[in-house]
Amino acid sequence: MFSNFILSLQHELWLFALIMLLLCIKLGSSEIKPAPLLLGINILLGLNFVSGFFFHHSGSLFSEMFISNELKDFQKNILNLGVLLISLQSFVWLKSHQHIIEFYVLLLSSLMGMFFMISAGNILMLYIGLELSTIPLAAAANFNLDKRVSSEAAFKFIISSALSSGVLLLGISFLYGATGTLQLTELSHLIHNTTFLVFTLILIIAGFGFKISAVPFHLWTADVYEGSPVAVTSFLSVISKAAVIFVFTKTLLTAFDPLQSVWPTIISLLALLTIITGNVFAIRQQNIKRLLAFSSIAQVGFILIAISSNTVTGSIATVYFVLIYLFSNLAAFGVVSLISAVTGKENINDYKELRKTNPMLCWVLTIALFSLAGVPPTAGFFGKFFLLMSGAPNNNFAVIVIAALNMMVSMYYYLRVVKIMFMDKNENPVEDIKIPWYSSFALIICVAGIVLTGILSGSYNYIFSIH
Amino acid sequence: MSQIPLTHILFLSTALFFIGVYGLLTRRNMITMLMAIELILNSVNINFIAFNKYLYPEKLNGIFFSIFIITIAAAEAAVAIAIIINLYRSHHSVDAEDASELKY
Repeated sequence: MFSNFILSLQHELWLFALIMLLLCIKLGSSEIKPAPLLLGINILLGLNFVSGFFFHHSGSLFSEMFISNELKDFQKNILNLGVLLISLQSFVWLKSHQHIIEFYVLLLSSLMGMFFMISAGNILMLYIGLELSTIPLAAAANFNLDKRVSSEAAFKFIISSALSSGVLLLGISFLYGATGTLQLTELSHLIHNTTFLVFTLILIIAGFGFKISAVPFHLWTADVYEGSPVAVTSFLSVISKAAVIFVFTKTLLTAFDPLQSVWPTIISLLALLTIITGNVFAIRQQNIKRLLAFSSIAQVGFILIAISSNTVTGSIATVYFVLIYLFSNLAAFGVVSLISAVTGKENINDYKELRKTNPMLCWVLTIALFSLAGVPPTAGFFGKFFLLMSGAPNNNFAVIVIAALNMMVSMYYYLRVVKIMFMDKNENPVEDIKIPWYSSFALIICVAGIVLTGILSGSYNYIFSIH
Repeated sequence: MSQIPLTHILFLSTALFFIGVYGLLTRRNMITMLMAIELILNSVNINFIAFNKYLYPEKLNGIFFSIFIITIAAAEAAVAIAIIINLYRSHHSVDAEDASELKY
């Protein structure tokens, strides 16, 4: 019984211990210099990531409120890896910041919320996890305390996430009224194809759609991404999006299985809207963070196509793509955060002639953008390929064709950045940045991930075997 | 003595929800926008308690859920007010129109 408790909650207990340790360091009055503190935290996060691989345990706790199995462990490992990479990349920004510990406490509590959300077997647990993951993030978005845009972004984030959880809760309350249970496994037997439950379903999709910024619920995304510090932006665009996508897929595939004649249509409609809007708005952006924000909206659209297929292949492709998306997006954000922390430049035109002054950063950003665009040797191609392939059996070929055409549109704005970096002339280019080993280590992991996850089929086979 | 029918209560909660949404979209003062959020969350609380009492009185699921919603709403309001205070320091106003540097 006790070992079941420890093993099922292993990820959460690790994180809890880390948060408590950080709080103890904060409360203990002795001053620790930033460099050794950041080194210690990064080592602990690395241990946290490695420890996730040792034990796999399938079990349930608290009368099936909390469920753990190998797939959920793997999803948590993906998130752990992302947080480790973000922490390594934000070294330059954090070492001059005076609130290092608070930043990590906020980020890790948010991660803990995502873990509980992924493992939730009950809608109550899911809701608490969702809120635990968004509320600390709103505080973290305000972390550049003296910047005007930072507080504006945080305010927009907390108001829109509160509205979205209100809509989600209305849906959950109607669901409870119609079925009388909150257990996800029981719900699938009690849901029937009635108008009231379809209305409930739409409310719940809208609530989740806010969190993954699917169009038409995306309006907060670009503003929040631009105003927040780059570390928080990359956390929002990769980690929190990935966690909500995992939960969203599972909820639709298990609890709403009886409504499978309804929700795939809604989701594929959302997917098309999301891809088209994300691409069209990304074309005209001048700020690199806004560009990546709209590109992440478009990527979510591709994920939604796989979810709309309502098959196991679709959910495998989703997890696989999220892994690749994590590597590619974090490589891009790693370069952006380094340049932003050293020079404060975030405009795309400031990147002119980056090749001459910073060849390594330039090449990493190029590989990342190629992977996001889906150019064949990189993993991004294989990710998108599996997403569209899994969407195909549903006979909605029109959706697939429009999505594939949109990949062409996305080429334009990704390659525009590459063209600016390699070809355009610039009077005062970004100075030669000395890359600290934290950042180069993170960038090397990301590039290795981009190159290897696509070519080696092991990762896909592993995800296939645990589904 | 006859009980109040469930539909009346659902009408009340739905009306509260949409009053909250209307307030959130039209009000320009940030504190008032927060109050509108509270209205939305409380309307959901009414829903949960009404469903629990009228339809499933043998279990307490809905009441538990509403207790958690109240707690989380308090946490959310605390963080939101901290953000608004910080925003007031830099903008010298709590009007949503003044915080409009991020656009398009």
